Amino acid sequence: MNEKRPASFYWLAIMFGLFVLFLYGPVITILVLSFQGPQGGLTFPMNGLSVHWFVRLSHGIGLVDISQGLWNSLELGLIVMVLTVVLSVMAGLAFRNRFRGSSLLFYTAIASLIMPSIVVSLGIALEFRIIDDGIKALGDAWNIEWIQDNYTTVMDLFSSGLGSHLSWTLPFGLLIMFAVFNRFNRVYEEAARDLGASSWQTFRHVVLPMIAPSLVGVALFGFTLSWDELARSSQAMGSSNTLPIQLKALTTTVTTPAIYALGTTTTVISFLVIGIALATVFLVQRRRRQHGSDAGKGMV
Amino acid sequence: MESVHRGLTLDGEAPASGDAAAGASARRSGKTSGTARTTLTGWTAYWQAAPMALVFFIFFVLPLVVILVVSFWRFNQYSIIPAFTPENYIGIFDKCIIGLPKLCTTFSTYLSTLEFCLIVWAVTLAIGFTIAYFLAFHIRTLTMQLVLALICIIPFWTSDVIRMISWIPLLGRNGLVNQALLGLGLVHQPVEWLLYSPFAATIAFVHLLTAFMIVPILNSMLRIDKSLVEAARDAGASGWQVLVNVVLPLSKTGIAIGSIFVITMVMGDFVTIGVMGGQQIASVGKEINVETGFLQFPIAAANAVILLAAVLVIIYALTRFIDIRKEL
Repeated sequence: MNEKRPASFYWLAIMFGLFVLFLYGPVITILVLSFQGPQGGLTFPMNGLSVHWFVRLSHGIGLVDISQGLWNSLELGLIVMVLTVVLSVMAGLAFRNRFRGSSLLFYTAIASLIMPSIVVSLGIALEFRIIDDGIKALGDAWNIEWIQDNYTTVMDLFSSGLGSHLSWTLPFGLLIMFAVFNRFNRVYEEAARDLGASSWQTFRHVVLPMIAPSLVGVALFGFTLSWDELARSSQAMGSSNTLPIQLKALTTTVTTPAIYALGTTTTVISFLVIGIALATVFLVQRRRRQHGSDAGKGMV
Repeated sequence: MESVHRGLTLDGEAPASGDAAAGASARRSGKTSGTARTTLTGWTAYWQAAPMALVFFIFFVLPLVVILVVSFWRFNQYSIIPAFTPENYIGIFDKCIIGLPKLCTTFSTYLSTLEFCLIVWAVTLAIGFTIAYFLAFHIRTLTMQLVLALICIIPFWTSDVIRMISWIPLLGRNGLVNQALLGLGLVHQPVEWLLYSPFAATIAFVHLLTAFMIVPILNSMLRIDKSLVEAARDAGASGWQVLVNVVLPLSKTGIAIGSIFVITMVMGDFVTIGVMGGQQIASVGKEINVETGFLQFPIAAANAVILLAAVLVIIYALTRFIDIRKEL
């Protein structure tokens, strides 16, 4: 262990340090600049120190209602998170057995992951447009008054929008579940079954506690990927806006540090979620070590 | 493709143990003896996988089919009309062949996008490989590897748009870089091409996408048996020779997977080029976005089909680099 470090170690360590600076430096600058004084601009120097731009932000920037986007993104993110965890665990369990079409499902997930987002988004938008046209045609053909008078679209934050986000988060969830179950020792389940547990009891009391820390990871991916998602949302949200969509619109119109304040706000929320998730995993692992349980051993 | 399968299964978590995937495939082939339980769990697997399969069908497979179909439809100012026409494609490639060697709009757009791909791919690969190599071969404890890998991954969980605008204070006309250059007397007036330029877009791409390169390469490197490296050293190989003749070939799968991620993301991008390129640079994704804004859905669909074809060709070429024989 105490072997002397080669010279290359120090060069590479410097490279790593520069890379981390490159990763975090810019974000730190906007965190700092969001506390510009009221007279301050988009660049350094700092013109005083204030929360002026956060106050401005809470009153809305220009005509855009930020709080609406914020709530939309939060609600959608939480729903995407829950669905990603549930569907990924179910599919992960399924993949432990052979079933017809398993490799088709796997490659579909991979394809969904690497497909250019604009293509997926456009496809979903077109699909829902055609559904709309179909329903309207149906209403005209059968003279259904309700459809003729009230129907506008099925495209919505929680239909097409939700689907577009799931097409992005589920592949990540599935890949994590692969990594989890590939390292899962089935002996525990067999022991539970031998002791008379039903398959639900085996899952609920043996498998679930063991994979719980990894599920926090899946939830983290589910929420943060949805919270920041823009490309797939771009065509598929209908009349609703998510926070990233509003943020992108603001980049072309807003020229005050208010946009940095918004950036700081969303970044802080992201970091809170990441922090809570990582802390949960860490605490669960530590508690288990202290209590001598070997559940989840060797898994993150 | 088996190699992609195996490589990717571990991507969810950064430093995964080496033989997990191998264990899985061994288990799959080993545990197929037909007991009563397998037939029972066989049905369970179907309903367990059904919800995810349904989501992918409705929100991924069907949309792709719709795109392909609509790309052959007509349209007017208000709606799309289900009537077959090849015109959308003809319009996109209008005068592209006859006009050569002068490039038509479509060709020059693709050329510019491919140029971005090539540059961003080369830079992310160089950085990603270096960082992954450092983490895999120079960091000695698993905890430290995990912590440092997390540091590289955490920004991936934050907003792309924020990470783009965060370059404004640095690269802007009065940004830190210009202030420094002026202060040092290297330039006499602010450099204009730092922000809202191809340069800015490239920086942003590298900033956003390097993590996609690091994780798969790191995953491949962590699976390299350290005794191979030691054997090479004992046989008299220099550090550089070990890198080129041992580490590099064994990281090929990770490199290919990372490359697929980076290239497909740059190919389809419209956000980064839009925000960082100052609205002047053409890209295929941006064109599709603009066309849908004008409700020209069939043309956008045709463009999406062409983009998809281009991406698939690149992915196919990249999977050729993965040595399947080694994975068998």
